[in-house]
Amino acid sequence: MEEREEPRIGVYVCECGLNIAATVDCEKVAKLAESLPNVVVSKFYKYTCSEPGQVMIKDDIKEFGLNRVVVASCSPRMHEPTFRNTVKEAGMNPACFEMANIREHCSWIHKDKEKATKKAFELVKMAVAKASLLVPLEPEEADVTSTALVVGGGISGVQAALDIARRGYQVYLVEKEPTLGGNAARLGKWFPLQECADTCTGTCSYCILVPDLRDCYNDPNIKVFTNSEVEEVDGYVGNFKAKIKKKPTYVDRKRCVACDLCTEVCPVSVPNEFNLGMDERKAIYIPFVEAIPKTYTIDEENCIHFSSGECVDNPECKAVCIWGAVDLEQKEEVEEIDVGAIVLATGHEILDPADRLNFNHQHPRVITTPEFERLSCIVGPTKGSLDMDGNPPKKVAFIQCVGSREKEGNTYCSRVCCMVTAKEAHTVKDRLPDADVIVYHSDVRTFGKGHEEFFAKVKDEGVEYRRREKDGEIKVEEKGDRVVVKCEGYPDEEVDLVVLAVGMIPREDAVDLSMVMNVSRSGDGFFLEAHPKLRPIDTFTEGIFLAGSCQGPKDIPDSLAQASGAAARACGIISKEKLLLGENVAVVNQDLCIGCEECLESCQFNAIGIVDKDGKLVAYVNEAMCKGCGTCIASCKSGAIQQRGYNDEQLLKMISALAEGES
Amino acid sequence: MADDFEPNILAFCCNWCSYAAADLAGIGRMEMPTNVKVIRVMCSGRVKPEFVIKALSNGIDGVLVLGCHIGECHYTTGNHRTKKRFEILSRLLGHMGIDPRRLKLDWASASEGDRFTEIVTEFTDTIKELGPNKLADYYGRATA
Repeated sequence: MEEREEPRIGVYVCECGLNIAATVDCEKVAKLAESLPNVVVSKFYKYTCSEPGQVMIKDDIKEFGLNRVVVASCSPRMHEPTFRNTVKEAGMNPACFEMANIREHCSWIHKDKEKATKKAFELVKMAVAKASLLVPLEPEEADVTSTALVVGGGISGVQAALDIARRGYQVYLVEKEPTLGGNAARLGKWFPLQECADTCTGTCSYCILVPDLRDCYNDPNIKVFTNSEVEEVDGYVGNFKAKIKKKPTYVDRKRCVACDLCTEVCPVSVPNEFNLGMDERKAIYIPFVEAIPKTYTIDEENCIHFSSGECVDNPECKAVCIWGAVDLEQKEEVEEIDVGAIVLATGHEILDPADRLNFNHQHPRVITTPEFERLSCIVGPTKGSLDMDGNPPKKVAFIQCVGSREKEGNTYCSRVCCMVTAKEAHTVKDRLPDADVIVYHSDVRTFGKGHEEFFAKVKDEGVEYRRREKDGEIKVEEKGDRVVVKCEGYPDEEVDLVVLAVGMIPREDAVDLSMVMNVSRSGDGFFLEAHPKLRPIDTFTEGIFLAGSCQGPKDIPDSLAQASGAAARACGIISKEKLLLGENVAVVNQDLCIGCEECLESCQFNAIGIVDKDGKLVAYVNEAMCKGCGTCIASCKSGAIQQRGYNDEQLLKMISALAEGES
Repeated sequence: MADDFEPNILAFCCNWCSYAAADLAGIGRMEMPTNVKVIRVMCSGRVKPEFVIKALSNGIDGVLVLGCHIGECHYTTGNHRTKKRFEILSRLLGHMGIDPRRLKLDWASASEGDRFTEIVTEFTDTIKELGPNKLADYYGRATA
């Protein structure tokens, strides 16, 4: 057993203003703590994390020769790093710092001051018990791979990749679809709408988005994998290993010049997902005319060469391609890459209102806001025409909060639909000044910069806003060729076109990706940030960051801001030469180990191996691979493995301290 | 049983899910009984059955072990091991003269502050109904 210095513990009970002091008598807790074993000094203070609070601790470490410090305040997930740094600055080993959570776990969840004070003291007592057995630790260092992986080639992923690449680091960008651009590429104009010059063709999305996509694709520091997925991620912050599955496109990108000959001859037509099924594409296709990379992809599922075996001997696309770019022998490949940090920017999906039967979406005159985007787009399926059966609509109704803010189902606000509706209502008025436009809403939320002004302008243009109860009844019914909107509190309205402002939902594959990446999801299914206010970009897995709508509904400026933030976070890691490894790793006492290999089986990370030590087979832990879960310790038959910072002795002493009660 | 019995309950929470759920309950000011005191471990897989036996034989009235939901473990499968271990331990407790209801294994994700509150409240009620753990009176309380 290692030599231990006599513990000299300082206890600091934080009032956190009134956050703790309102329900916990901090003075009393500090007073009681004075009599705990090895406690040399015990104080309470208004804001322990403040500069004077930290100076107090540092001064005490010097004055009283403290070698252990316990702070009873907020969650260690909040300020443990702060205080570890404080004690370190005073020359103490940060592993000898311990925290008692008397805010989140006590003052904030209790009202009875006497009981809460008693509990707070018990928590302090347990922390002091552990502190007395803490030992200084010197974590190992590991090299850092100075590259980054960005998952998702939508607007957020592209922004993050460009930001990282422009700082001089190698980036791998993985996009599932054959083109970059994601959801933003499907939008017509972006809100808040600025009037463009007369020369504008109205395809703002392309004007703004495509140059960034092109820059990204052509950047020598960015390697773009389209039609690809991240299959597996291993390793830890600074040293991840990722496997990228590259699906075959059956077109050699280096040879293809996007001449379009192949699509002309392809005999297969299927609904075009880029235009949300409103027109058709061929089995060999380019998602949209400005797609980056500008090259074709064969859709294996629908191509009859692959599915039914027709077109086998002499596939027409292959025959017609004078460049020899069609390569039907292409195989799936897996490429392994090493990266130091990962940005997740996988975006969202659009809610399909099919099962909200009252909205009657299957009717041809009932469309969604994203479908309106495609219709109104100059290069969309109708070349920008809003005509229904050959005639321009005279009356258009928008219905907001479809699949958002629901009583049951999607309870959250999708944050963009109010402005999307205002923008599209404006588009109708702009193109068809005589059309009547009615918006059924339940609160208009135009909180962004310039948004409220835009909303006011749209109302001035004659768009009629009708407020309805959020959970009140509204339905769309067929009436001849047209449809009728029946809304509680208003007369029935016969219209030519209904546009449903549908919400944003998490991607269906977010579940799988959360497993691959080892990140959590929040109740709504989007990826979970490490803290709802203070760490909106981080995940709980160190080195993995979030950008854009994969974390929750967001508009474009918010997505881009978060993407740049995530890029900065990633650079904060990959710009370092060395990173400290986790200190809470497992260690084997090889004298006690009986070589039963039970721990090997319990370790998910292959961090434990067997080594011959003086003729006896014993376990050892690879510290760089160990993630510090401690599962092996609970499986060890001989008590030979321990976890630094959470060893059996320390935890058992905490249990005893609690069992003793108030004594 | 005396109505004023306030059980002394220990909870082991994993850093990634259930401890975060407990924090979220705090952030959401979700009120719950004061009886449960949390020890943070990195993974519920770290909780040795010995800890539970030590706690219960020393007079702690109930022990909660809370991990991530199965399939959501930060360390992939740590909680699978916890589940297996505690199913066995729960059966063993009866043979040791300890009411197995004094141990509860459950799951709460980082977003489930409400679930954490529910688990704590319900478990406290269960232990209140069971009454004080008298085992320590026979074994003698340990001193730290």
